[in-house]
Amino acid sequence: MARTTTPARRTGGFPYLLVLPAVLLFAAFVVAPGGYALLLSFQRRKVNGGLLGGGTHTVFAGLANYRDVLGDSDLWSGVLRMLALGAVTVPATVFFALLFAVLLDLERTRLKRITRLTIFLPYAVPGVIASLMWGFLYLPATSPIGGDRVDFFGQVAVYFSVGNVAVWGAVGFNMIVIYTALRALPAELSESARLDGASERQIVLRVKVPMVMPAVVMCTLFTVLAALQVFNEPNTLKPLSNAVSSTWVPLMKIYDDAFGNSDIYSAAATSVVLTAAALAVSFATARIIQSRVQQEAA
Amino acid sequence: MTAMAGTSAPPRDRSAPVPAARRPRRIAVLPTTALVLGALYCVVPTLWILVAATKSRTKLFSTDTYTPSLDLGIVHNIRDLSAYQGGIFWHWMLNSFFYAAAGGLLASFVSAATGYALAKYEFRGRSALFNTILAGVLLPQIVLAVPQYLLLSKAGLTDSLVGVLLPQLFNPYGIYLCKIYAQSAVPDSLLEAGRIDGAGEGRLFVSVGLRLMGPGLVTVFLLQFIAIWNNFLLPYVMLTSDDKFPLTVGLYSMLRHGAAEASLYSLVITGTLLSVLPVIALFLSLQRFWRIDLVTGALK
Repeated sequence: MARTTTPARRTGGFPYLLVLPAVLLFAAFVVAPGGYALLLSFQRRKVNGGLLGGGTHTVFAGLANYRDVLGDSDLWSGVLRMLALGAVTVPATVFFALLFAVLLDLERTRLKRITRLTIFLPYAVPGVIASLMWGFLYLPATSPIGGDRVDFFGQVAVYFSVGNVAVWGAVGFNMIVIYTALRALPAELSESARLDGASERQIVLRVKVPMVMPAVVMCTLFTVLAALQVFNEPNTLKPLSNAVSSTWVPLMKIYDDAFGNSDIYSAAATSVVLTAAALAVSFATARIIQSRVQQEAA
Repeated sequence: MTAMAGTSAPPRDRSAPVPAARRPRRIAVLPTTALVLGALYCVVPTLWILVAATKSRTKLFSTDTYTPSLDLGIVHNIRDLSAYQGGIFWHWMLNSFFYAAAGGLLASFVSAATGYALAKYEFRGRSALFNTILAGVLLPQIVLAVPQYLLLSKAGLTDSLVGVLLPQLFNPYGIYLCKIYAQSAVPDSLLEAGRIDGAGEGRLFVSVGLRLMGPGLVTVFLLQFIAIWNNFLLPYVMLTSDDKFPLTVGLYSMLRHGAAEASLYSLVITGTLLSVLPVIALFLSLQRFWRIDLVTGALK
């Protein structure tokens, strides 16, 4: 397929016109807020002393906000909780997505259409609404699943309870992504393995799953990115239980700084730190994935 | 379907070369069971909320949780919910649909234009732009909500449509998908032919590009519709007047009041049910157009 793109001289400024809205939006809602947060993170509010009365003014604070933020044990406990939660949600989401996708792809499985659709549906349910539904299922007073006997908000259980909501919402979408990749595999692959005497299980594990690895890693990347930014589920469960504090995960801490304590400077510094960390993790994951995929292709 | 599947194999049947008679098409019990369990897990919360919504506020905490109440509790609940603060719940519902539909349409158009330009034109800065967009896919968008709020509050644009809609229009993943669709669905020869016939670039984009990218654009629209429909943090930080809330923020604010006033719980449950049903209906009805296989950018 020969693909020759049109030289710029013949089309004038039209391509620039086409990309202009995206570039403007990117500048206004990604670059500018990022820059402004960076600027704020180096400032802080100081109370005017003496003659002028009780006003405040903004002063340059250097790295003081970062020192405070990074020395704040609340943030670090939040980071640890986020990691514990991610250790539940990422493997569970990817595992069940892959499992269901593989099962859907088996020839002799029945009820495919209805189960595929049902497992996919939670994708269209907002995290907040999902947390409300599960929250009432966990709540001792209303729970139909034994919330009066099991403490779903117990010290360890709470990670599974919060994680469960996230997994519930994410499995279906990832399942579809992997299932699509499975359907795109040439039928001859499984066929020749079958003729060589491979069992159905061997075909799945040795042929199909390795072939759809790129889709699986893409799902892993999106799940990791979501885990770093977790907010909706714990924030919605907070009013239902004391187990979730207002600084339970880093993003809740940022929100609490900005709106609970009206300390936008700390909130900005924490935002910068979290954004940088999330970017670093997602770039590193993408890099690892890329080299894996290339290795496998070689 | 047919006993003679081996002779006239439909394209979906991957075992076409193997005669059907030799391998009886037994049902794979274990895989089917596992999928049914998965489906049950996904549907249980919705079913329970359906049952819970039939109960009046007093019964919610006192009766057996699995038995629906048959004394028209749901009618009362819906009436009470509709009366709550002058019917603000229906306002939230409309807001959610409006934000998701308008944002989805605008974002798809922005993505289509950018993707088409990246795929079909050579221009300065093209590869830099494409790399930025690829990196943008990895951007933690949700974390940006607070900085976006800080900046927009400086400009006095919070608690407005601008504040809640515009930040959601830049969708790097959508642009990436549109570029792939444009590359594979819009043939250069067709554009060349159009140019020879004297069509302008703008006309070509609208009547050739957008038209041929259609199925992909529906997918980009639905992805963005759901992303905005599901979004919480951005409207939560941006909006202060409750008549501008989408459903997510509205129901959350109700829940918070409910912590002090338990009678609100049954209204929150009813509201949750009412907010899940229309999306499920929309989803089922749009199933035909929803080319989920395009989500991965996989095109044959």
